[in-house]
Amino acid sequence: MTETRVLLIEDEPNIIDAIRFILSREGWRVDTSSDGGNALEAVRSRNPDLVILDVMLPNRSGYDILSDMRADEAMRDIPVMMLTARGQQKDKELAERLGVNKFMTKPFSNAEMLANARELVRR
Amino acid sequence: MSFDILVSSCVAYVLLLFGVAFWADKQAERGRAGWLRSPVVYTLSLSVYCTAWTFYGAVGYAARSGLEFVTIYLGPTLVMIGWWVVLRRLVRIGRTQRITSIADLISSRYGKSNALGVLVTCLAVLGTTPYIALQLQSVTLSLHAFAQSGSAPDPHALRNTALLIAAGLALFTIIFGTRNLDANERHHGVVTAIAVEAVVKLAALMAVGMFVVFVVSGGVGPTLQAIDASPISRWDTGADRWATLIFLSAAAFICLPRMFQVIVVENSDERHLATASWAFPLYLLLISLFVVPIAVAGLSVSPEGSNPDLFVQTVPLAFDRNVLAMLAFLGGFSSATSMVIVAAIAVSTMVSNHVVMPIWLNLRAGRAALSGDVRNVVILSRRLSIAGILLFGYLYFVLSGGGAALAAIGLVSFAGVAQVLPALLGAIFWRGATRVGAAVGLSVGLAVWIWTSFLPSFGEAGILTPEILAHGPFGIALLRPHALFGIEGLDPLVHSVFWSMILNAGSFLAFSLLSAQTPLERLQGNRFVNIFRYSGGTRGWSGGAVEAEDLLMMSQRLLGASDAQALFRAEAQRQGKSGSLPDVTPAFVERLERELAGSVGGATAHAMIAQITGGVSVSVEDMMRVADEAQQILEYSSQLEAKSRELENTAGQLREANEKLVALSFQKDNFLSQVSHELRTPMTSIRSFSEILMDGESMSAADRQKFSQTINGEAVRMTRLLDDLLDLSVLESGQVLLNRQDDMLDAVLDRAFVATGQLGAEATMAIERNGNDERVQLRTDCDRLAQVFINVISNAGQYCDAPEPRLRVRVHEVNGRHVVDFIDNGSGIPEVSQAEMFEKFTRADDHRAGGGAGLGLAICREVMKRLGGEIDYVAGLGGAAFRVTLPDTESAAA
Repeated sequence: MTETRVLLIEDEPNIIDAIRFILSREGWRVDTSSDGGNALEAVRSRNPDLVILDVMLPNRSGYDILSDMRADEAMRDIPVMMLTARGQQKDKELAERLGVNKFMTKPFSNAEMLANARELVRR
Repeated sequence: MSFDILVSSCVAYVLLLFGVAFWADKQAERGRAGWLRSPVVYTLSLSVYCTAWTFYGAVGYAARSGLEFVTIYLGPTLVMIGWWVVLRRLVRIGRTQRITSIADLISSRYGKSNALGVLVTCLAVLGTTPYIALQLQSVTLSLHAFAQSGSAPDPHALRNTALLIAAGLALFTIIFGTRNLDANERHHGVVTAIAVEAVVKLAALMAVGMFVVFVVSGGVGPTLQAIDASPISRWDTGADRWATLIFLSAAAFICLPRMFQVIVVENSDERHLATASWAFPLYLLLISLFVVPIAVAGLSVSPEGSNPDLFVQTVPLAFDRNVLAMLAFLGGFSSATSMVIVAAIAVSTMVSNHVVMPIWLNLRAGRAALSGDVRNVVILSRRLSIAGILLFGYLYFVLSGGGAALAAIGLVSFAGVAQVLPALLGAIFWRGATRVGAAVGLSVGLAVWIWTSFLPSFGEAGILTPEILAHGPFGIALLRPHALFGIEGLDPLVHSVFWSMILNAGSFLAFSLLSAQTPLERLQGNRFVNIFRYSGGTRGWSGGAVEAEDLLMMSQRLLGASDAQALFRAEAQRQGKSGSLPDVTPAFVERLERELAGSVGGATAHAMIAQITGGVSVSVEDMMRVADEAQQILEYSSQLEAKSRELENTAGQLREANEKLVALSFQKDNFLSQVSHELRTPMTSIRSFSEILMDGESMSAADRQKFSQTINGEAVRMTRLLDDLLDLSVLESGQVLLNRQDDMLDAVLDRAFVATGQLGAEATMAIERNGNDERVQLRTDCDRLAQVFINVISNAGQYCDAPEPRLRVRVHEVNGRHVVDFIDNGSGIPEVSQAEMFEKFTRADDHRAGGGAGLGLAICREVMKRLGGEIDYVAGLGGAAFRVTLPDTESAAA
């Protein structure tokens, strides 16, 4: 059984710590990228089983990154879970139009986040 | 010949005239006025120009001044020959505008100004009075010449006779001149009687002339020789007087109230003018043909000192030709009576319409006038006016002593009425002529004429003493009646005409140019000057299909195509016609007018229909009503406009307010979403870590410690954020209380550095300060100022990306104010961010280092605004550079 690899794209150090802790307990490997500018390159190079993506990132928004992933042959099928502090309905709709797999607003329940992640990884 | 026979033949003649007038009126009433309106009758009626002055006076004039009398006929001849220019215009205007007198014309043209009407009326009364006196005098003298040939007449007898004549003329005029209420309706009876008199006077003068040529002188040849031998034939009139007389007679021919009456008011067909244009000069030629022979004969056969004015009568009498003398007397009588009758009608119309009626209506203002009531008042006022005018004439005759030569009196009158000429010509040729101009011109002309002609005409025994004549009033030589403004040596008449006309026309022009027209004046001015464009031909009600089509087209414009066509079709059916165009019957026109009145108002409807059915019946009153309606519509629409402008303004304000509200609401949404975002982020950490801790799984003590610290740190961050938000809210609402105190700038800076921990060993940056520069006395809220400094310093601490961060504090003066610059040695702030970094929730870059939520600089800006200072970013000073400009007055106090 290969190791499950998650790429966490998030700029808030405390949140990175929290998510890394939760997912590490599952035995998953968590890589991080905290800059929107080179996040896409990180996805391409690591080819993770799951991308957890923040929306408000330095230099490039999560939506742009998602959009580019879905347009790219190699990254099209990687499941993406979005986390955002902007929990409005239109944000969710936009994410779904762009092809998000799960959309979660901050703050989230750890259990729920983990359940979503598991579901996406299993697929 | 006995006086009785004379008087009874006079009475018989007058009865004959009564009969003619009565019969003509009856004919006209029965609608058989056809031949009464012939060009011949019109031409003959113009001969009221030839009064007793012409009949008797011309011979006297010739006997005294030679051929000068010809000028009196030359003026009218010129006007008649040039009828196309002035008379045709006047007649057309008179007909289309229902003009009743020359005063009415002037008043209508200049915006229905009754003041002008009164002015012209006064002028007419003043100008007519001497003329009527002249007629009374001539008839009286001729009567007495019969009765007591040779001896001088008794003044008392003269006066009594004159009074009787005046009364008789007043009676005749009242009976035939005020039969109809509408002054515009032709006086058929009077005009016919006058035509008869015209024939009688011409016949009488020619008969006397023939008698003189063929009996007294013995044929044409000897007559011519006698004339050549006489001093009369010498032409010694100066050019100035000659030209003045032609001008005066031409002007008077148009402006004399009685001439205006017969030329314009009594005209029933414009084409009669064409006939009169050659026929009337011919009449004048015939009537003047024998003037010189009679004068020459009179001078040779009459005793020394006899009145040359009476030669027409005294020459036949000298040869005992009583019947001929009788005919001559009747001719003179005709001349006098016709003039008096027409003049009295014309002037009484003016007096009644422009003086009596306005006064009466004013007195009755507020009380509804019954039509029958008004009718009686109008007729009464006309009758009284006629009597009054004749009384004036009689009084003038008595006052002037009956002594002055007839011709002189006539010329005074001429000069008076000629004052109307500038205003009259301006009325019909110059659209720019204004009421003010006309009023001033007329007044000035009238005043000059009264001073230089009218008053002196009473003779030296009259109102002007010889002293005034010689030296001017109060010794002012410039105002001498016969040498105004120091111009001496002119013939008094030429002098008077010259000055009155120059000043009259000059002030008319000047004041017209200087004053503005009222809308009604402009309307009337346009109608008068462009009369031929506004009035069509002389179509009656029988215009036929073309007219019906015109009416339909106009109606369509007003009622809409379908309604108008339905109306016309229904009318055509009613008339039993197959097509859709009915005959234009008066009944239909009336119905149509009512229909149109429903949409455009009665006056407008009437005027529009009249326009199409032949411009005959558009009166000034109609136009006034149109103007009133238009005025009301204008007022209403301007009210509406004002209302709609108001609404527009209100709508604009509402739109603006709404835009503001939308913008505010957008800002609020934005702000809330930003606040929510800023709160959610620490909340996320807190929730996650607290859940991890709650799971109770085994974890290292170090982890547990670390997570607890994180939760604590995020809670502090949230608190700070909320504090900042509240602070900003207070600052922005202006409710902040400032605690002003005295302090030194360096002390405040010290406190700020201590608070940020950038002092001593803890400092992460090298700080450069210059203590001397910082000795600035402050009087402000120093805690708030320190808050700003702290913010700027900690920003530098957080964001300065240099390997060895350094912050320089520079205090100096810019534009006379102390500023504190904080300059670090980092890479500075990108230009795009500079513009917005003082806004809420913006950061120089997105790496938040556990600190503020992007509210710091926004708070700084608000604080400095409250303190009366500024905070700006200064580009180009190396790294990031913030400049705090200290409050003005407080630092100046140092």
